[in-house]
Amino acid sequence: MANIKVYSTPTCPWCHALKDFLREKNVEFEDIDVSKDQEKAKEMIEKSGQMGVPQIEINGKIIVGFDKAAIEKELENV
Amino acid sequence: MYDLTIIGAGPAGITAAVYAARKKLNTLVITKNIGGQAALSGEVGNYTGYQFISGPELAKKFEEHLKSFNINLQEGVKTLSIEKTDNFKIKTEKKEFESKTVIIATGRTSRMLNIPGEKKFKNKGITYCATCDAPLFAGKDVAVIGGGNSALDAAIQLINIAKKVYLININDSFQGDEIRLEKVRNSDKVEILNSTETKEIIGHEFVKKIKVVKDSEEKILDVEGVFIEIGSTPSLIPVKAPDSELELNQYKEIVVNEHCETNIPGLFAAGDVTNIPEKQIIVAAGHGCIASLSAFGYLSKTK
Repeated sequence: MANIKVYSTPTCPWCHALKDFLREKNVEFEDIDVSKDQEKAKEMIEKSGQMGVPQIEINGKIIVGFDKAAIEKELENV
Repeated sequence: MYDLTIIGAGPAGITAAVYAARKKLNTLVITKNIGGQAALSGEVGNYTGYQFISGPELAKKFEEHLKSFNINLQEGVKTLSIEKTDNFKIKTEKKEFESKTVIIATGRTSRMLNIPGEKKFKNKGITYCATCDAPLFAGKDVAVIGGGNSALDAAIQLINIAKKVYLININDSFQGDEIRLEKVRNSDKVEILNSTETKEIIGHEFVKKIKVVKDSEEKILDVEGVFIEIGSTPSLIPVKAPDSELELNQYKEIVVNEHCETNIPGLFAAGDVTNIPEKQIIVAAGHGCIASLSAFGYLSKTK
Protein backbone atom coordinates (compact mmCIF):
# COMPACT_ATOMS: atom_id res chain seq x y z
CA MET A 1 0.00 0.00 0.00
CA ALA A 2 1.52 3.31 -1.02
CA ASN A 3 2.61 5.55 1.78
CA ILE A 4 0.70 8.79 1.17
CA LYS A 5 0.84 11.68 3.64
CA VAL A 6 -1.15 14.90 3.45
CA TYR A 7 0.12 17.86 5.50
CA SER A 8 -2.68 20.42 6.01
CA THR A 9 -4.28 22.99 8.31
CA PRO A 10 -7.99 22.98 9.23
CA THR A 11 -8.64 26.46 7.81
CA CYS A 12 -7.05 25.89 4.41
CA PRO A 13 -9.64 25.52 1.62
CA TRP A 14 -7.22 23.90 -0.84
CA CYS A 15 -6.37 21.34 1.88
CA HIS A 16 -10.09 20.38 2.09
CA ALA A 17 -10.28 20.21 -1.72
CA LEU A 18 -7.19 17.94 -1.88
CA LYS A 19 -8.50 15.56 0.79
CA ASP A 20 -11.98 15.46 -0.80
CA PHE A 21 -10.30 14.68 -4.12
CA LEU A 22 -8.38 11.75 -2.57
CA ARG A 23 -11.50 10.45 -0.80
CA GLU A 24 -13.49 10.59 -4.06
CA LYS A 25 -10.80 8.38 -5.63
CA ASN A 26 -10.81 6.34 -2.37
CA VAL A 27 -7.10 6.77 -1.92
CA GLU A 28 -5.98 6.13 1.67
CA PHE A 29 -3.69 8.73 3.22
CA GLU A 30 -2.28 9.85 6.56
CA ASP A 31 -3.98 13.14 7.49
CA ILE A 32 -1.45 15.33 9.35
CA ASP A 33 -2.63 18.63 10.89
CA VAL A 34 0.48 20.79 11.03
CA SER A 35 -1.32 23.51 12.98
CA LYS A 36 -1.51 21.14 15.98
CA ASP A 37 1.66 19.14 15.47
CA GLN A 38 4.71 21.46 15.38
CA GLU A 39 7.06 18.49 14.96
CA LYS A 40 5.26 17.39 11.80
CA ALA A 41 5.26 21.00 10.58
CA LYS A 42 9.07 21.03 10.89
CA GLU A 43 9.24 17.62 9.17
CA MET A 44 7.16 18.92 6.25
CA ILE A 45 9.28 22.05 5.86
CA GLU A 46 12.55 20.12 6.05
CA LYS A 47 11.38 17.59 3.47
CA SER A 48 10.05 20.03 0.91
CA GLY A 49 11.91 23.21 1.81
CA GLN A 50 8.56 24.99 1.53
CA MET A 51 6.34 26.61 4.14
CA GLY A 52 2.90 26.38 2.60
CA VAL A 53 -0.03 23.97 2.75
CA PRO A 54 -1.31 21.65 1.48
CA GLN A 55 1.62 19.36 0.79
CA ILE A 56 1.22 15.75 -0.28
CA GLU A 57 3.90 13.08 -0.18
CA ILE A 58 3.47 10.11 -2.54
CA ASN A 59 6.23 7.49 -2.53
CA GLY A 60 8.70 10.02 -1.17
CA LYS A 61 7.87 12.70 -3.75
CA ILE A 62 6.43 15.96 -2.36
CA ILE A 63 3.91 18.11 -4.25
CA VAL A 64 3.15 21.54 -2.79
CA GLY A 65 -0.33 22.98 -3.33
CA PHE A 66 -3.43 21.30 -4.77
CA ASP A 67 -1.88 20.59 -8.18
CA LYS A 68 -4.42 18.08 -9.44
CA ALA A 69 -2.57 17.12 -12.62
CA ALA A 70 0.73 16.43 -10.83
CA ILE A 71 -1.04 14.44 -8.09
CA GLU A 72 -2.99 12.35 -10.59
CA LYS A 73 0.21 11.54 -12.46
CA GLU A 74 1.99 10.49 -9.25
CA LEU A 75 -0.96 8.33 -8.19
CA GLU A 76 -0.85 6.45 -11.49
CA ASN A 77 2.46 4.83 -10.75
CA VAL A 78 1.52 3.95 -7.18
CA MET B 1 -22.25 22.61 -28.10
CA TYR B 2 -23.35 24.08 -24.78
CA ASP B 3 -26.05 26.69 -24.24
CA LEU B 4 -23.92 28.43 -21.60
CA THR B 5 -20.32 28.11 -20.43
CA ILE B 6 -19.33 29.72 -17.15
CA ILE B 7 -15.64 30.35 -16.51
CA GLY B 8 -14.83 30.57 -12.79
CA ALA B 9 -16.55 28.94 -9.80
CA GLY B 10 -16.49 31.53 -7.06
CA PRO B 11 -19.73 33.03 -5.64
CA ALA B 12 -20.62 34.67 -9.00
CA GLY B 13 -19.86 31.64 -11.19
CA ILE B 14 -21.55 29.13 -8.90
CA THR B 15 -24.70 31.24 -8.50
CA ALA B 16 -24.85 31.71 -12.28
CA ALA B 17 -24.55 27.93 -12.71
CA VAL B 18 -27.34 27.24 -10.18
CA TYR B 19 -29.71 29.61 -12.01
CA ALA B 20 -28.74 28.13 -15.38
CA ALA B 21 -29.33 24.58 -14.13
CA ARG B 22 -32.73 25.53 -12.78
CA LYS B 23 -33.57 26.99 -16.21
CA LYS B 24 -32.52 23.63 -17.67
CA LEU B 25 -29.77 25.21 -19.77
CA ASN B 26 -27.11 22.81 -21.04
CA THR B 27 -24.37 24.30 -18.85
CA LEU B 28 -20.60 23.84 -18.64
CA VAL B 29 -18.48 25.24 -15.80
CA ILE B 30 -14.69 25.53 -16.25
CA THR B 31 -12.64 26.57 -13.26
CA LYS B 32 -9.13 26.31 -11.79
CA ASN B 33 -10.60 25.90 -8.30
CA ILE B 34 -13.94 26.09 -6.50
CA GLY B 35 -14.80 28.82 -4.01
CA GLY B 36 -12.85 31.72 -5.42
CA GLN B 37 -11.62 34.43 -3.06
CA ALA B 38 -14.52 33.72 -0.68
CA ALA B 39 -12.82 30.45 0.22
CA LEU B 40 -9.79 32.43 1.34
CA SER B 41 -11.38 34.92 3.68
CA GLY B 42 -10.99 34.18 7.35
CA GLU B 43 -14.24 35.31 8.89
CA VAL B 44 -17.32 36.26 6.92
CA GLY B 45 -19.76 38.22 9.07
CA ASN B 46 -21.63 40.00 6.30
CA TYR B 47 -23.18 37.24 4.18
CA THR B 48 -26.83 37.67 5.23
CA GLY B 49 -28.22 34.62 6.99
CA TYR B 50 -24.87 33.59 8.48
CA GLN B 51 -23.91 35.80 11.41
CA PHE B 52 -20.54 34.16 11.46
CA ILE B 53 -19.11 31.64 9.01
CA SER B 54 -15.56 31.09 7.85
CA GLY B 55 -14.67 31.62 4.20
CA PRO B 56 -13.88 27.93 3.60
CA GLU B 57 -17.18 26.82 5.21
CA LEU B 58 -19.22 29.27 3.10
CA ALA B 59 -17.36 28.18 -0.04
CA LYS B 60 -18.13 24.54 0.85
CA LYS B 61 -21.86 25.38 0.97
CA PHE B 62 -21.61 27.08 -2.44
CA GLU B 63 -19.82 23.98 -3.79
CA GLU B 64 -22.44 21.58 -2.39
CA HIS B 65 -25.21 23.65 -4.00
CA LEU B 66 -23.39 23.57 -7.35
CA LYS B 67 -22.79 19.82 -7.16
CA SER B 68 -26.46 19.12 -6.38
CA PHE B 69 -27.10 19.71 -10.10
CA ASN B 70 -25.65 17.54 -12.85
CA ILE B 71 -23.67 20.29 -14.52
CA ASN B 72 -20.55 19.43 -16.52
CA LEU B 73 -17.87 20.70 -14.13
CA GLN B 74 -14.30 20.96 -15.43
CA GLU B 75 -12.36 21.55 -12.19
CA GLY B 76 -8.61 22.28 -12.08
CA VAL B 77 -8.75 23.40 -15.69
CA LYS B 78 -7.24 26.67 -16.87
CA THR B 79 -9.02 28.58 -19.65
CA LEU B 80 -6.53 29.91 -22.21
CA SER B 81 -8.75 31.97 -24.52
CA ILE B 82 -12.27 32.69 -25.74
CA GLU B 83 -12.90 33.24 -29.41
CA LYS B 84 -16.17 34.46 -30.88
CA THR B 85 -17.05 33.22 -34.36
CA ASP B 86 -20.82 32.78 -34.75
CA ASN B 87 -20.74 30.97 -31.40
CA PHE B 88 -17.91 30.86 -28.84
CA LYS B 89 -14.84 28.61 -28.89
CA ILE B 90 -13.29 28.18 -25.43
CA LYS B 91 -9.71 26.86 -25.43
CA THR B 92 -8.35 25.15 -22.33
CA GLU B 93 -5.04 23.34 -21.83
CA LYS B 94 -6.50 19.98 -22.73
CA LYS B 95 -9.66 20.49 -24.75
CA GLU B 96 -11.72 22.96 -26.72
CA PHE B 97 -15.40 23.62 -26.02
CA GLU B 98 -18.12 25.33 -28.03
CA SER B 99 -20.90 27.38 -26.48
CA LYS B 100 -23.68 29.72 -27.55
CA THR B 101 -23.09 32.08 -24.61
CA VAL B 102 -20.30 32.60 -22.09
CA ILE B 103 -20.16 34.17 -18.63
CA ILE B 104 -16.71 35.25 -17.42
CA ALA B 105 -16.68 35.04 -13.61
CA THR B 106 -12.97 34.66 -12.94
CA GLY B 107 -12.75 37.12 -10.07
CA ARG B 108 -9.46 38.64 -9.06
CA THR B 109 -5.94 37.49 -8.15
CA SER B 110 -3.74 38.76 -5.31
CA ARG B 111 -1.47 41.60 -6.30
CA MET B 112 2.26 41.19 -5.78
CA LEU B 113 4.58 43.81 -4.20
CA ASN B 114 7.18 43.31 -6.94
CA ILE B 115 10.09 43.92 -4.59
CA PRO B 116 13.46 42.10 -4.30
CA GLY B 117 13.14 38.74 -2.55
CA GLU B 118 9.41 38.36 -3.17
CA LYS B 119 9.68 35.66 -5.84
CA LYS B 120 12.64 33.92 -4.20
CA PHE B 121 10.89 33.44 -0.85
CA LYS B 122 7.41 32.54 -2.08
CA ASN B 123 6.28 29.59 0.06
CA LYS B 124 9.48 30.02 2.05
CA GLY B 125 7.98 32.46 4.52
CA ILE B 126 5.94 34.55 2.09
CA THR B 127 2.28 33.70 1.66
CA TYR B 128 -0.74 35.35 0.07
CA CYS B 129 -3.23 33.22 2.03
CA ALA B 130 -3.41 33.83 5.78
CA THR B 131 -6.37 31.46 6.07
CA CYS B 132 -4.24 28.62 4.74
CA ASP B 133 -0.79 29.25 6.12
CA ALA B 134 -1.21 31.29 9.33
CA PRO B 135 -0.96 28.16 11.55
CA LEU B 136 2.54 27.47 10.18
CA PHE B 137 3.82 30.61 11.93
CA ALA B 138 2.77 29.67 15.45
CA GLY B 139 4.90 31.51 18.02
CA LYS B 140 6.84 33.42 15.36
CA ASP B 141 7.23 37.11 14.53
CA VAL B 142 5.45 37.96 11.27
CA ALA B 143 4.61 40.94 9.09
CA VAL B 144 1.30 41.64 7.36
CA ILE B 145 1.55 44.08 4.46
CA GLY B 146 -1.53 46.02 3.41
CA GLY B 147 -4.25 48.39 4.64
CA GLY B 148 -7.58 46.93 3.48
CA ASN B 149 -9.92 44.29 4.83
CA SER B 150 -7.84 41.32 3.72
CA ALA B 151 -4.78 42.73 5.55
CA LEU B 152 -6.82 43.37 8.72
CA ASP B 153 -8.41 39.91 8.37
CA ALA B 154 -4.93 38.34 8.14
CA ALA B 155 -3.69 40.30 11.19
CA ILE B 156 -6.74 39.21 13.22
CA GLN B 157 -6.16 35.55 12.36
CA LEU B 158 -2.51 35.88 13.35
CA ILE B 159 -3.20 37.51 16.74
CA ASN B 160 -3.76 34.18 18.47
CA ILE B 161 -1.16 32.30 16.44
CA ALA B 162 1.96 34.41 16.00
CA LYS B 163 4.17 35.84 18.75
CA LYS B 164 4.20 39.36 17.23
CA VAL B 165 2.52 40.93 14.18
CA TYR B 166 3.88 43.99 12.39
CA LEU B 167 1.02 45.49 10.33
CA ILE B 168 2.72 47.55 7.61
CA ASN B 169 0.53 49.98 5.71
CA ILE B 170 1.92 52.25 3.02
CA ASN B 171 -0.85 54.84 3.61
CA ASP B 172 -1.34 56.95 6.72
CA SER B 173 -4.73 55.36 7.45
CA PHE B 174 -6.55 52.06 6.85
CA GLN B 175 -9.28 51.44 4.27
CA GLY B 176 -10.63 48.33 6.04
CA ASP B 177 -13.76 48.12 8.18
CA GLU B 178 -13.72 49.92 11.53
CA ILE B 179 -14.92 46.72 13.27
CA ARG B 180 -11.78 44.89 12.13
CA LEU B 181 -9.49 47.86 12.81
CA GLU B 182 -10.68 47.96 16.43
CA LYS B 183 -9.79 44.28 16.95
CA VAL B 184 -6.30 44.96 15.58
CA ARG B 185 -5.77 48.13 17.63
CA ASN B 186 -6.93 46.43 20.85
CA SER B 187 -4.34 43.67 20.53
CA ASP B 188 -1.00 44.28 22.24
CA LYS B 189 0.54 41.73 19.86
CA VAL B 190 0.09 43.96 16.82
CA GLU B 191 2.41 46.87 16.07
CA ILE B 192 0.96 49.16 13.40
CA LEU B 193 3.41 50.94 11.09
CA ASN B 194 1.56 53.46 8.90
CA SER B 195 3.06 55.46 5.98
CA THR B 196 5.66 52.71 5.78
CA GLU B 197 6.83 51.09 2.55
CA THR B 198 8.23 47.57 2.36
CA LYS B 199 11.37 47.61 0.25
CA GLU B 200 12.96 44.17 0.41
CA ILE B 201 12.48 40.68 1.82
CA ILE B 202 15.70 39.12 3.08
CA GLY B 203 16.67 35.64 4.14
CA HIS B 204 18.78 32.60 3.39
CA GLU B 205 16.66 29.58 2.61
CA PHE B 206 13.68 31.06 4.44
CA VAL B 207 12.58 34.62 5.25
CA LYS B 208 14.57 36.18 8.10
CA LYS B 209 14.02 39.95 7.81
CA ILE B 210 12.31 42.70 5.87
CA LYS B 211 13.54 46.18 5.07
CA VAL B 212 10.95 48.96 5.50
CA VAL B 213 11.16 52.72 5.01
CA LYS B 214 9.27 55.52 6.76
CA ASP B 215 10.00 59.21 5.92
CA SER B 216 13.21 57.99 4.17
CA GLU B 217 14.35 56.30 7.39
CA GLU B 218 15.19 52.64 6.87
CA LYS B 219 14.37 49.96 9.40
CA ILE B 220 15.05 46.20 9.49
CA LEU B 221 12.42 43.98 11.11
CA ASP B 222 13.22 40.40 12.10
CA VAL B 223 10.29 38.31 10.86
CA GLU B 224 9.91 34.71 9.68
CA GLY B 225 6.60 35.20 7.89
CA VAL B 226 5.39 37.84 5.43
CA PHE B 227 1.66 37.96 4.61
CA ILE B 228 1.15 40.07 1.48
CA GLU B 229 -2.41 41.44 1.36
CA ILE B 230 -2.26 44.50 -0.86
CA GLY B 231 -5.37 44.07 -2.90
CA SER B 232 -5.94 42.28 -6.15
CA THR B 233 -6.21 42.66 -9.91
CA PRO B 234 -8.92 41.31 -12.24
CA SER B 235 -8.19 37.78 -13.56
CA LEU B 236 -8.60 38.34 -17.29
CA ILE B 237 -8.74 35.81 -20.12
CA PRO B 238 -7.81 36.79 -23.71
CA VAL B 239 -10.99 37.35 -25.75
CA LYS B 240 -10.96 37.46 -29.57
CA ALA B 241 -14.04 38.70 -31.39
CA PRO B 242 -14.49 39.82 -35.02
CA ASP B 243 -13.78 43.57 -35.31
CA SER B 244 -14.26 44.31 -31.59
CA GLU B 245 -12.19 44.23 -28.42
CA LEU B 246 -13.58 43.36 -24.99
CA GLU B 247 -14.15 46.71 -23.27
CA LEU B 248 -12.24 47.20 -20.00
CA ASN B 249 -12.14 50.21 -17.68
CA GLN B 250 -8.98 51.93 -16.42
CA TYR B 251 -8.62 49.32 -13.65
CA LYS B 252 -8.67 46.58 -16.35
CA GLU B 253 -12.08 45.40 -15.11
CA ILE B 254 -14.57 44.06 -17.67
CA VAL B 255 -17.19 46.74 -18.36
CA VAL B 256 -20.75 45.38 -18.06
CA ASN B 257 -24.16 47.10 -18.04
CA GLU B 258 -26.90 46.41 -15.53
CA HIS B 259 -27.72 43.17 -17.40
CA CYS B 260 -24.12 41.97 -17.06
CA GLU B 261 -23.71 42.27 -20.83
CA THR B 262 -20.24 43.08 -22.15
CA ASN B 263 -19.78 44.99 -25.41
CA ILE B 264 -19.63 41.62 -27.23
CA PRO B 265 -23.08 40.08 -27.86
CA GLY B 266 -23.51 36.71 -26.12
CA LEU B 267 -20.56 37.36 -23.80
CA PHE B 268 -21.46 38.22 -20.20
CA ALA B 269 -19.40 38.81 -17.09
CA ALA B 270 -20.18 38.78 -13.38
CA GLY B 271 -18.59 39.40 -10.01
CA ASP B 272 -15.25 40.91 -9.02
CA VAL B 273 -13.71 40.70 -12.51
CA THR B 274 -16.24 43.33 -13.70
CA ASN B 275 -16.64 47.03 -13.02
CA ILE B 276 -19.21 46.23 -10.32
CA PRO B 277 -18.66 48.93 -7.69
CA GLU B 278 -18.61 46.72 -4.59
CA LYS B 279 -16.41 43.62 -4.44
CA GLN B 280 -18.33 41.58 -1.87
CA ILE B 281 -19.27 37.90 -1.77
CA ILE B 282 -22.98 38.61 -1.54
CA VAL B 283 -22.86 41.15 -4.38
CA ALA B 284 -20.90 38.80 -6.63
CA ALA B 285 -23.49 36.07 -6.01
CA GLY B 286 -26.34 38.41 -7.01
CA HIS B 287 -24.37 39.53 -10.03
CA GLY B 288 -23.94 35.89 -11.11
CA CYS B 289 -27.71 35.53 -10.98
CA ILE B 290 -28.23 38.55 -13.25
CA ALA B 291 -25.67 37.32 -15.76
CA SER B 292 -27.29 33.87 -15.89
CA LEU B 293 -30.80 35.24 -16.44
CA SER B 294 -29.49 37.63 -19.10
CA ALA B 295 -27.80 34.73 -20.89
CA PHE B 296 -31.08 32.81 -20.71
CA GLY B 297 -32.92 35.80 -22.21
CA TYR B 298 -30.33 36.10 -24.98
CA LEU B 299 -30.65 32.40 -25.81
CA SER B 300 -34.45 32.49 -25.99
CA LYS B 301 -34.28 35.49 -28.38
CA THR B 302 -31.66 34.00 -30.67
CA LYS B 303 -33.06 30.41 -30.92
